Amino acid sequence: MQQLIYFFQKFKYFLFFLLLQLLALTLTFNNLNFHKSKYVNSANKITGGIYEQVSNISDYFALKALNEELVEENKRLINFLQQKKEIPFSLDSTVVDTTRYHQKYTFLSAKIINNNYANAFNFLTIDKGEKDGLGKEMAVVNGKGIVGIIDNTSSNYARVQSILNKNSRLNARLKNGYFGTLKWNGLDYNVLQLSDIPRQAPVNIGDTIETGGKSTIFPEGVLIGTVLKVDSKNSVDKIIDVKLFNDMSAIGSVYVIKNLHKKEIKSLENPVNE
Amino acid sequence: MNKTIYFGLLFVFLAFIQVFVLSNILFLGYVNPYLYIIFVFLYPLKKNRVTFLLIAFMLGLTIDLFSDSGGIHAFAILFIAYLRLFFAKVFFRKFENDYPFFKLSLEPFGKKFNYVVTLTVIHHFILFSFTNFSFQNISHVLLNTLYSSLFTLILYFLGTYIFSKKQ
Repeated sequence: MQQLIYFFQKFKYFLFFLLLQLLALTLTFNNLNFHKSKYVNSANKITGGIYEQVSNISDYFALKALNEELVEENKRLINFLQQKKEIPFSLDSTVVDTTRYHQKYTFLSAKIINNNYANAFNFLTIDKGEKDGLGKEMAVVNGKGIVGIIDNTSSNYARVQSILNKNSRLNARLKNGYFGTLKWNGLDYNVLQLSDIPRQAPVNIGDTIETGGKSTIFPEGVLIGTVLKVDSKNSVDKIIDVKLFNDMSAIGSVYVIKNLHKKEIKSLENPVNE
Repeated sequence: MNKTIYFGLLFVFLAFIQVFVLSNILFLGYVNPYLYIIFVFLYPLKKNRVTFLLIAFMLGLTIDLFSDSGGIHAFAILFIAYLRLFFAKVFFRKFENDYPFFKLSLEPFGKKFNYVVTLTVIHHFILFSFTNFSFQNISHVLLNTLYSSLFTLILYFLGTYIFSKKQ
């Protein structure tokens, strides 16, 4: 006993140091785990509140760019509406579009109050939380394309796991229907990597990539980016570099997409074992 | 000024300037200075290290809270906070009896330079290794360490040059 106490006394600083390091390591590992990052994140009352105050001021500098972005998005939507009007047969006959999945979504607007894009595991903070009906695993997009997935919420704020996070996996497809998995290798924040695309798929530089709709998180057909580079060797692990439409270093307003049928789909996919 | 209040204010000031100014610089797209570690250089050397280790840990954790990095900053700053006395012994030949009289600003520049550079590089290397969190892209980690260390050190030495009292 005497020796034990002596031991603790001799190494008390080192033991204290080890204890704190262990704590820090635990927090680090939990942070990278989608379902465990509960305590140390920027979506709590204090950090969220401070970030909101600061972004209230700094937002004024981005107003011009934001306006242009909105005009651009409006233009796209108006053109879209016009195209719909021009299709004649949809007016006098009923069209049942069986290629569309039966999904229903609601959109909520939110503002980004903290944005990271320079690390390997990036997160964003937005100014809406559980009070506004947000929860885990909801998609975050803006007018130009995808932004991320909500991974943690408090009552007033939510933390978004950016697509620029090495843990993010996304179902994405080419316009012609071949789909694969979109990941990020942690290097260039403008370029993502699309893998698992079938070998026979014709891929050209400049092709548009969009979300595939094979998940309950993202709706089908949300824009992502264009093909920048195709691996020259035609192997199974072919990787396609995708340049994002979004400039992830300059995003302000976003939409959060809530899937109203998620519970139904999930309960169908994972039935409770008897 | 009272020492406790001074270091309390320094804590808040360093955390804020790191989170809202320095972490948003992103020179060349990714190079940031991490100036909050000067807390480790400025805090007086003491034989009882529990308070100091705890404060350093809290400072790191505060930065982590804001930058969504789990406990990476806490780990890195705690590491150099613990190693500080060892390097004080190596570079300045200071032992327990000398701690109350030790002042970093009064040390010769060469020794001070070695001390600060070593601790900064260790901190940055740990920080970027954990930020990267894989064995791929090691060149990326090393480059980041180099550039960010340079940035931090330039800021630190400029700062000490500007704020030091003229003799």
